[in-house]
Amino acid sequence: MNLRESQIMKIHYLTGVCALFVVAVHIIMRLIVPFSTSLTYENVIGNYHNIPYAVLLEIILILIAIHGFNGLRIILLELRQNRIWEKCVSYAIIIASIAVIAYGTRTIIFANGLEL
Amino acid sequence: MATSKRNVNFGNRSVSSDNREGIKAWLNPFGYGWERVSYWLQRLTGLFLLVYFVGHVFETSSIIGGPDVWNSMLQLTQTLMGHLFLILVIGTSTFHSANGIRLIFTHLGKGLGKPGRPDYPYLASSLNYRQKSGIWVALILAALAMLFGVQVLFGKG
Amino acid sequence: MASKTVTFRISRTMTNNKKMPNHDEFEIPVQRWTTVLDGLLYAKSYLDSSIGIRYSCRMASCGSCGMKINGIPRLACYTKVSELDSSVITCEPLGNFPIIRDLVTDFTQFFKHHKNLEPFIQNKSADIDNEEDLSWFTQTPKDVDKYLQFSYCIKCGLCYSACPSVATDSKFPGPQSLAQAYRYFSDSRDDASKRRLNLVDERHGIWRCHFAGSCSVVCPKGVDPALGIQLMRGHLMNFSKNDMKKAKQEYVRRQDQMDS
Repeated sequence: MNLRESQIMKIHYLTGVCALFVVAVHIIMRLIVPFSTSLTYENVIGNYHNIPYAVLLEIILILIAIHGFNGLRIILLELRQNRIWEKCVSYAIIIASIAVIAYGTRTIIFANGLEL
Repeated sequence: MATSKRNVNFGNRSVSSDNREGIKAWLNPFGYGWERVSYWLQRLTGLFLLVYFVGHVFETSSIIGGPDVWNSMLQLTQTLMGHLFLILVIGTSTFHSANGIRLIFTHLGKGLGKPGRPDYPYLASSLNYRQKSGIWVALILAALAMLFGVQVLFGKG
Repeated sequence: MASKTVTFRISRTMTNNKKMPNHDEFEIPVQRWTTVLDGLLYAKSYLDSSIGIRYSCRMASCGSCGMKINGIPRLACYTKVSELDSSVITCEPLGNFPIIRDLVTDFTQFFKHHKNLEPFIQNKSADIDNEEDLSWFTQTPKDVDKYLQFSYCIKCGLCYSACPSVATDSKFPGPQSLAQAYRYFSDSRDDASKRRLNLVDERHGIWRCHFAGSCSVVCPKGVDPALGIQLMRGHLMNFSKNDMKKAKQEYVRRQDQMDS
């Protein structure tokens, strides 16, 4: 699937804007109780048991991974210009995004299954 | 004329024929106005936030190790340095978001003025006060967010 | 009129025997109106005739004398020594251009990028072979205003030198050629809009511009390449599609009226 650069950039802008809203919700959730209380094990596990919040975390994970790693791809593409480098960067970015999303999803799923 | 894309040798001296400024140009925000500064900051904050994001995903995964592992992670991060780092994250993410919104508008061609007939002193209409104030607003919001972060992390409760 | 002396540090690349690149220093008498080019030509005429300088019109019309003056790309003929407010004037060749010698740089790659973006009117209905059936393209002042400032480009290369994306990306066309792409895109006589958009929509095309704005800061003719690039992006994002469509429809309607 060879996307045009304009399509990739539309995704970049869209993920950036959407991430802003979902991250804002994530931060507010940490502030509705005193900050140090919000980080206790019980409180955090309780958050993961809350399905809508767990879904929100998954969405943040996907949006920020796409936006962040695409930004890194842009920076790396500007550093060097040859076919091998560009192919390596594209594959490395995709693999890194999938790895981070997979690792974060694992945390969400496992934490959701943990007892309080 | 020795102008091809190869190192040109004159006896024991050689001149790089590309003369591109390289990363030095990315890292130098001075001499070209606020828009260049915002480009420099947007790039720096973006890279910083990406590193933080990966670290954050890794750090929060310690929850599945149980309360002992989670608490030992908290002991590492809920320190003075950890809080200062978090305040930096708050500031960088606020700047990156606010400036990013401004950039999205400019990349859609909005807020830049219209083409016209240039006249001395040939001031660029795209580098108008809407752009400059957008950058200043992003910086001010970042500073305010950092102050709020200080109040939350170091304040009572 | 009392004159003073300033030090010109001129970058040299091969004509002296020192390790390259290095700077030779010259004490140049200046008046209130002395330009950097005047100072350089004084040094060349009276102090060291081997200095390599490129210049032509001496009035910011040809774009030949572009160089880095105190670290910023400027036209030497258009920069007065007095406005630099410094007793040391450092003259270096334009960054991002291969150096031929001293202050003279090679514009081959720059012109290649410009040519690649097809900087000419393309119109299938223009019958340029049949002289008897010549078509004419009328434009209102409003049509001209859409692209006029971008047509003032003198290809001096200052924007290309100032651009941080050009500094690392050799495939990036640079602000000058992208602004020219917009100049022809927004010209009502041109009907190759889609082709022009496809030409710039590449991995190393218009999307490697991040609106650092340095190109517009240094442009001596008010071309404002950053404006052209962002406006073109708006069209690529389909955000400004309707503006251009309406303008072209209006243009075609006027042409039909004139023909009938």
